[in-house]
Amino acid sequence: MSELGTLLSDTITRLFNDLVTKELIESAEKGAWPDKLWAALEEGGLTLPLVAEAGGGAGGDWRDAHTVVRAAGKHAAPVPLVETIVAGWLLGQAGLDVPLGPLTIAPAHRDERLRLERAGGGWRVHGTATRVPWGAAAGHVVVVGEGGGGTIVALVARGAGAVTADRNLALEPRDTLAFDGAPVVAAAPARVDADAAVLFGAMVRAAQMAGALESLLEQSVRYATERKQFGRPIGNFQAIQHNLAVLAGHVAAAGIAAEHAFVAADRGEPRLAVAAAKVRAGEAAGLGAGIAHQVHGAIGFTYEHSLHFATRRLWSWRAEFGSESQWAQALGGVVASRGAERLWADLTTR
Amino acid sequence: MSVFHFELRDLPPEAEAFRDEVRVFLREALGTRPSVRRARSWGGFDPEFSKKLGARGWIGLTWPKKYGGQERSFLERYVLLEELLAAGAPAGAHWVAERQSGPLLLRFGTEAQRERFLPAIARGELSFAIGMSEPDSGSDLASIRTRAVRQDGGYVVNGTKVWTSNAHRSQYAIALFRTAVVPDKKHEGLSQFLVDLKSPGITIRPIINLAGSHDFNEVVFQDAFVPEDMRVGGEGDGWKQVTTELAFERSGPERYLSSIALILALIDHVGADPDARAAEAVGRLTAQLMTLRQMSLSVAGMLQAGQNPNLEAAVVKDVGTTFEQSVPEVIHALMDLEPTIDSGSDLQQTLGYLVQRAPSFSLRGGTREVLRGIIARGLGLR
Repeated sequence: MSELGTLLSDTITRLFNDLVTKELIESAEKGAWPDKLWAALEEGGLTLPLVAEAGGGAGGDWRDAHTVVRAAGKHAAPVPLVETIVAGWLLGQAGLDVPLGPLTIAPAHRDERLRLERAGGGWRVHGTATRVPWGAAAGHVVVVGEGGGGTIVALVARGAGAVTADRNLALEPRDTLAFDGAPVVAAAPARVDADAAVLFGAMVRAAQMAGALESLLEQSVRYATERKQFGRPIGNFQAIQHNLAVLAGHVAAAGIAAEHAFVAADRGEPRLAVAAAKVRAGEAAGLGAGIAHQVHGAIGFTYEHSLHFATRRLWSWRAEFGSESQWAQALGGVVASRGAERLWADLTTR
Repeated sequence: MSVFHFELRDLPPEAEAFRDEVRVFLREALGTRPSVRRARSWGGFDPEFSKKLGARGWIGLTWPKKYGGQERSFLERYVLLEELLAAGAPAGAHWVAERQSGPLLLRFGTEAQRERFLPAIARGELSFAIGMSEPDSGSDLASIRTRAVRQDGGYVVNGTKVWTSNAHRSQYAIALFRTAVVPDKKHEGLSQFLVDLKSPGITIRPIINLAGSHDFNEVVFQDAFVPEDMRVGGEGDGWKQVTTELAFERSGPERYLSSIALILALIDHVGADPDARAAEAVGRLTAQLMTLRQMSLSVAGMLQAGQNPNLEAAVVKDVGTTFEQSVPEVIHALMDLEPTIDSGSDLQQTLGYLVQRAPSFSLRGGTREVLRGIIARGLGLR
């Protein structure tokens, strides 16, 4: 890991350990905005790891950002940190300034298109984006849309569109934003593909899932060594040991698949690696959550126990920014079109 | 608890350059073969192919030059192995000797043993079998009973080994025998030996597998004599050494690539413009393949760095064999295709071959249950 990556990793772990408590997540689930946590993240320079230092960021690459994203997933941080990281990068690559405060990205679905139209000296945005993470709470939405015959990245201020509030299984805000010629703060041609919001959204969700899976494994192993039945810790039983070994395999697979996608993003060719990561982490999410709950027994099924902070997120995240089936179809389509004889060569070109 | 460490690895430029060289060689040496033959991979035993590879200096790539090696890196060796497997090369005549017998001799053998055996292995002339399991000892390897009793300059061996792959076409085996019975300490009193399979007192009988093929054997020792200078390592050090050997056996890319010929045949079959279901199936398999390659490469990186990735290797083998075994399932779920032996398409025959092979993937080199036990120990549960 780079020096910056190590620094970010140490800082974020310390910060989350201190601030992301059970009480904080519960209050966020009731709708409270965790302003102290957000302020600490901004002060620690953790919200914009990819933005150049001159622009107020940490000047890192995707691999550096990966440690922050994974930690956000592991600790179930109830803020749009990863969305802010992607949004900051999207603005940066389009040459736009990055505002302070929480950001989010839209659209979150492949089949949704937002349009940008010229109006006077500026742009206006049209169209509806459903289930935008923290769509109402974020200070700005970074939209990747079509306009002027190409792809445009636009910065849209909070309140510019009509909001229909909703949430995912983990009670994280997932709001529908309807733009009807809403004004745009700034816009510029993008140097990314038209589906960049979905692509990079899927990438960060894969790494968050890897982090949440790591948390499942840690909680499950701890519980299996503490909980006694039949006069011994349940972790002594081979049935439990083998299930946890399977969980460990999924944690490892999801983790390396996600990290590989971030490295591929640094090389400028993330598409196949992101697809693979979203598919693999999604499969691990379903199977891993099942094992973690089985090991925890009834206590893990209560709201009082904190296992569900990870599992409810996994159940939602695997479907966000494209499901496994959608990404698998995309990946399989590319592989089939290139043909069997190209597959191994493609897999081994980094 | 942070016992698993899978760090992403980049291959160095020299390894990538070597990959191109290997591909050119394999194209020339193997030509075009149907999937059903490629599926045999290192299960295919072709001494001529192994000699060609040896002539290129590609057996024992990492070994010291004085023993016939090239002193190249473990990552270059990794590239060679994955290219052989991806091409389905018939590498079985040297696979075991290169993977575990040679490295075992390098680590624990005498100078005389190294000089005698390693150059011949590197030339592709010597095949090795593995004498570990016995009729009453499989996963509980330390319970083996084949006795080696000291007698005038060597040992007299009595007992039976089973599942000994290629014993009928290999010159040597490295076998684990009991040299002492230590009450209540079954891991003690074990020693490893180089066994000349043509020696008097050794009978090799075929064990035919469920598909009717003859790969493995029963090897019976009746007062067979093994000279003292054929003992590998110290008397009683067998358990420690065999654990090292098993780590060599478990850590390679052959633990996730066994079904790649079937995946490639499936991609050919669904064509360039598959329907959504077929595309999804191919995509899911590709996602697993990409992920397992990164995991396997990570283990290779740990070996290169001189670390001991036993735990990570167990994880890759468990996840990898589960994946290998899932490929026929994916095909059955996707399409109406009967697995065949003689008739049918190349895809049908490849499916027929691998469906019948797949049960062995999670048995050979340590069962799934043994590996999960190792992983559980790593997690602190045992």
